[in-house]
Amino acid sequence: MSVVFSRTKGLTEAETHYCPGCTHGIAHRLVGEALEELDLLGNTIGCSAVGCSILSYNYINVDMIECLHGRAPAVATGIKRVRPDSIVFTYQGDGDLASIGTAEIVHAAHRGENITVVFVNNAIYGMTGGQMAPTTLAGQKVTTAPAGRNPVINGMPLKVSEMLAQIPGAAYVERVSLHSPKEIRKAKRAIKKGLTCQVEKRGFSLIEVLSTCPTGWGLSPVDAVAWLEANMVPYYPLGVLKAPEGGKNV
Amino acid sequence: MTMTLMKGNEALALAAIRGGCTHFFGYPITPQNEIPEFLARELPKIGGVFIQAESEIGAVNMLYGAAAVGCRVMTSSSSPGLALMQEGISLLAAAEMPCVIVNVMRGGPGIGGIQPSQADYFQMTRGGGNGDYRVPALAPATVQESVSMMVQAFEMADCYRTPVFIVSDGMLGQMMEPVEFDNIELKEPPEKEWKLTGHGNVRKPKTIKTLMLDPARLEARNFELQEKFQKIAAAECSWEEYLIDDAVLVFTAYGSTARIARNAVDQLREEGFAAGLIRPRTLWPFPDKPFQQLASRCQTVLCVEMSCGQMVDDVRLAVNGKLPVAFYGRCGGMIPSPEELVAKAKNIMKGGRQ
Amino acid sequence: MAGIQGIPHIAVDRCKGCGLCVSVCPQSVLAISDGAVNVKGYQPAIVAEPERCIGCTSCALICPDVVISVERIPVKKEVKS
Repeated sequence: MSVVFSRTKGLTEAETHYCPGCTHGIAHRLVGEALEELDLLGNTIGCSAVGCSILSYNYINVDMIECLHGRAPAVATGIKRVRPDSIVFTYQGDGDLASIGTAEIVHAAHRGENITVVFVNNAIYGMTGGQMAPTTLAGQKVTTAPAGRNPVINGMPLKVSEMLAQIPGAAYVERVSLHSPKEIRKAKRAIKKGLTCQVEKRGFSLIEVLSTCPTGWGLSPVDAVAWLEANMVPYYPLGVLKAPEGGKNV
Repeated sequence: MTMTLMKGNEALALAAIRGGCTHFFGYPITPQNEIPEFLARELPKIGGVFIQAESEIGAVNMLYGAAAVGCRVMTSSSSPGLALMQEGISLLAAAEMPCVIVNVMRGGPGIGGIQPSQADYFQMTRGGGNGDYRVPALAPATVQESVSMMVQAFEMADCYRTPVFIVSDGMLGQMMEPVEFDNIELKEPPEKEWKLTGHGNVRKPKTIKTLMLDPARLEARNFELQEKFQKIAAAECSWEEYLIDDAVLVFTAYGSTARIARNAVDQLREEGFAAGLIRPRTLWPFPDKPFQQLASRCQTVLCVEMSCGQMVDDVRLAVNGKLPVAFYGRCGGMIPSPEELVAKAKNIMKGGRQ
Repeated sequence: MAGIQGIPHIAVDRCKGCGLCVSVCPQSVLAISDGAVNVKGYQPAIVAEPERCIGCTSCALICPDVVISVERIPVKKEVKS
């Protein structure tokens, strides 16, 4: 008899506050598993960001610091520049990273900060109740665009990973998704790759994780993963946007 | 004792290194650029780190990260840059992260100008950030005092786990004076058992956070912070008195304006007028005591600022109605002359309009 | 022929009943409980057809609340011609 799947030591025993079917929980687990498997839990400092995932420090079993809205990459910079041998990651949603925190994320990548960013993109503001994010799809109905996002008024959704991948300091950028067990396995590989990139001091790494918000989207959890696959994946194509070799060698 | 002729800003920067600062994060803004420029050159020599941030918002949040892992860290900026940092300063105070923030004040409001000003007294003592918090604010009046206060600021920051402001201005930052660094004696910094290091698989994870969704817990936390602020207020008030024992008119001014007021006191004394000066060295906590203890001879307190009247509010609170408080201010980068202050003082002492 | 039998364990009281595990199970092992609620008040996932489990761990991989663990045991299966 062998245990083939059990709860990682990378997570605390706390039950999450997330809504049923919210894939934040999967992303948390993947971060925890990746850190555990790379034996990094004891040497890691995480930065939580404003949004549903602000309480991630209650769930991920590492030292963590809570950051102001959008500023996690700057906080991570401060930590990493004092403790270059600690593993430092940020865990940020799309409102936090792609809207209010664009300057901080762009310049962390620009400086080639040797940190790992887990960017959870669920195309909506979850915590505040389903408002439009920069990543909200065209036509997607949200509380602040009740008739659906109108690109004429709101622009087309921002492709953050593509934008960041072209910055010289960005070493590794990959977009993954959580809509199926197969994609979840790939997502974990990407997070491990990002952390390994940091261990090897290659520079900035970012993994964009397409995620669901069943409550904000007004869908059942099962319908939400189907919606993600059918609507988000075509606009936000999965795959490696920047390979580690392209980064600067620190 | 070796005296060196140094600009106020550069002396602040060197004093920061002598005070144990190893990391600086900041964004260019006039009139404080000598500070980051000096540290960009000198910090790497001692194994420290200088990072030019993308903005003051970036800088203050880098400060938060660096303070959270326990190093002596600082930033410097000028008035509008400080305004941009206020959310982060509220966070630093709430999370009790030790660090030093220098404000070399310039004229405002808005983008204002780049000439010396003291129009950030409110920003430095009342804050522009959200919530109930206080930040100790030290106001040097000479280049030498900039040095001693910088070292003191780092020690206070660690001692009380708080950000500390150095409130300078464009005049003090740009002026050159002889200064010496020989008598700096650093205390052993306290053990920062709260800092983040990674749990090393030997303890439970630590968290630095300020979110408290339970009102009762948040209130308790606020009361805890207030207790600390009261402790600071009781222990750290600092001021200088000049010829106040027999003074009929007592000037009060801080920073570079206090130097001008002191000249005015000397001129008035030469002409036979009994004038004196109280110079607050801490703006928060504000030194109420010397105002409360003014002799009965004193008939007026004249507050002089390079602003339209900000510290004068604290002076009035300190005097608490016992004496008339007059105000004289220049602003926008205009600097009052001793002659203006002498004229104003004479006018008051002769029973003129206050 | 030796085969693999999977044994899924569900920490029922931590389950939020989202149903993602049920939707990805290739063997229809899991189901949402019909009526019974857990301590949280959710109708949790239950192991309805345990003998069908092949131990693929798909359910555990997609469970946002990490309430599922999976074991595998080797079993002898009859070879049908």
